[in-house]
Amino acid sequence: MLPRRGAPEAPQRGAKAVHEHTALLRELHRTMLLIRRFEEAAAKAYSQGRIGGFLHLYIGQEASAVGALSALGPEDYIVGTYRDHGLALARGMSARACMAELYGKATGCSRGMGGSMHFFDASRKMMGGYGIVGGHVPLAAGMAFASKYRKEKGVTLCFLGEGAVSIGDFHEALSLAALWHLPLVVVVENNEYAMGTPLERTLSVADVSLKALAYGMARDRFRADDVLTVREHFQTAVQRAREESLPTLLEVQTYRYRGHSMSDPGKYRTAEEVEARKRNDCVHRAELVLQEWGVTEEELQAVGRSVEAEVEDAVRFAEESPEPSEELIEALTYA
Amino acid sequence: MRELRIREALREALAEELERDERVFLIGEEVGHYQGAYKVTEGLLARFGAARVIDAPIAEAGFAGLAIGAAMVGLRPVVEFMTWNFSAVAFDQILNNAAKVRQMSGGQFTCPVVFRGPNGAAKQVGAQHSQCFEAFYTHIPGLKVVCPATAADAKGLLKSAIRDDNPVLILEDERLYGVKGPVPDGEHLVPLGVSRVAREGERATVVTWGKGVAPALQACERLAAEGTQCAVVDLRSLRPLDHGPAAESVQRTGRALVVHEAWPYGGVGAEVVDRLQRECFGALQAPVLRVTGRDASMPYNKTLEDLVVPSADTVLRALRALLAY
Repeated sequence: MLPRRGAPEAPQRGAKAVHEHTALLRELHRTMLLIRRFEEAAAKAYSQGRIGGFLHLYIGQEASAVGALSALGPEDYIVGTYRDHGLALARGMSARACMAELYGKATGCSRGMGGSMHFFDASRKMMGGYGIVGGHVPLAAGMAFASKYRKEKGVTLCFLGEGAVSIGDFHEALSLAALWHLPLVVVVENNEYAMGTPLERTLSVADVSLKALAYGMARDRFRADDVLTVREHFQTAVQRAREESLPTLLEVQTYRYRGHSMSDPGKYRTAEEVEARKRNDCVHRAELVLQEWGVTEEELQAVGRSVEAEVEDAVRFAEESPEPSEELIEALTYA
Repeated sequence: MRELRIREALREALAEELERDERVFLIGEEVGHYQGAYKVTEGLLARFGAARVIDAPIAEAGFAGLAIGAAMVGLRPVVEFMTWNFSAVAFDQILNNAAKVRQMSGGQFTCPVVFRGPNGAAKQVGAQHSQCFEAFYTHIPGLKVVCPATAADAKGLLKSAIRDDNPVLILEDERLYGVKGPVPDGEHLVPLGVSRVAREGERATVVTWGKGVAPALQACERLAAEGTQCAVVDLRSLRPLDHGPAAESVQRTGRALVVHEAWPYGGVGAEVVDRLQRECFGALQAPVLRVTGRDASMPYNKTLEDLVVPSADTVLRALRALLAY
């Protein structure tokens, strides 16, 4: 039987509504699957030595970024951490530009200057992935501030891990966002491990959303197994930011299947724990719901093939793309 | 020409740019309701309103980062640090975000933000409140750093900084805020990265900036009374560093002295010395010397503090040694 925990019912109002609901989930499912296959290909390329540096995979957490970003419009800003591939793809950045960035190529989304941790796309208001834990949260407050200053309706979404809530920048940014009523949604993706240290060894409270209380901020806390549920929670927070210009702290309870980065063998947790979490896998869950709503096995297989083709194309594109030129080294330092 | 105090010249620059460009806003501790810890922003809250003159809580990393984020999406924030000493807790924001976002994004984003405030020793404020930050910040590619010594330069450099598309840091000086000087009427801009010959002379060249300029000029005046004419070059901008006029002067004098209040080890003076010895090697008749703040944390005691900070006397002694070499 289908695991129903938290999964929304398909609306019963009529065939058109059911169709729209199914169409939305099909789209979100495809994006989640794209992120997963993209990162599996990236991991392979990394182990072959084609990608350098750090590679922090998002596999297992896809429903968080995909559900969240489906609640946004083109006027909204997104700021992320070094674990930013999922956000980038969920924002509609091409697999080609993302894979080429991992390969350090001139065609990459940051022209090969950023790498895995620093994906940017100005045209989509993807304001970057940042590598200093917590240091990007004040930037996000600044983008929200700018929207409010210009009397625009844009909202800023800022992603971080639960390991980032102990550092000062996180608290200073929340303090300012609450004080100045900024249209900011701060998203703590709690995957239970700050690198390899479990939450209970680094935090005095298990409920990370409690951090909002001292700032008088709205908060929410939910599991990210079902992408449509994630979307609904985000819609509420985004609406609060957009309509009332008030910030929210969201805790998204999730789990990453891979290590903190590719160099992490994950010995701090048991194989049984990881397997248990995979039973609530967000991609699989979306497929079960789609099938219940009438999507056929063959249609899902076709989606899988199309995603795999897109990723293969991205890898080929990255491999064939040129290296960035030496002139960029100094040219990009100053405007 | 009319005379303004440096704090008034800075205020005039802020007011003109706030008037001229709606994207400009001020943010910092005490800048509004209190009228500025050093009264640079006096009257601006009443004139421009709370949406553009923003009192921040004591959260330097938070409001520095907020300004950087706002700059990335097109605003032009001017951040006041009550003193540069407190920028240390925002150092990560300046180092890792302001200086790098253009490069990391492959040139997609710029960061037109200004950070300003007093730098260096004031009067007997002890080790944590007396530090010079130019060596820390000029080390970082992606930042521009300027250090005005006169009222005209304070105004002109601040206005240029606000209009620049890069992060610009303005290192002012509490002891100079009350110093008067001529400031041209009307629009007055001083380009970033252009040094200034503050005094001509043929026997030796003093290269300095900020609070070093006044004691350098005083020492040269005393030597002039003895018939020895020395030049003073005020660098004004420390990054980009325009060492050309200093090098031209040293080509003639063959002797160079670098003066700064900051610590000697790895200081900006060392960069100046390196450039002068390479460009003027054939002309040099003596090693390039330095007068710096002493290599120690600042003592509270007034007598000791006066021994740590360069003065006209210490500059004069060094010039005599240089001329006698």
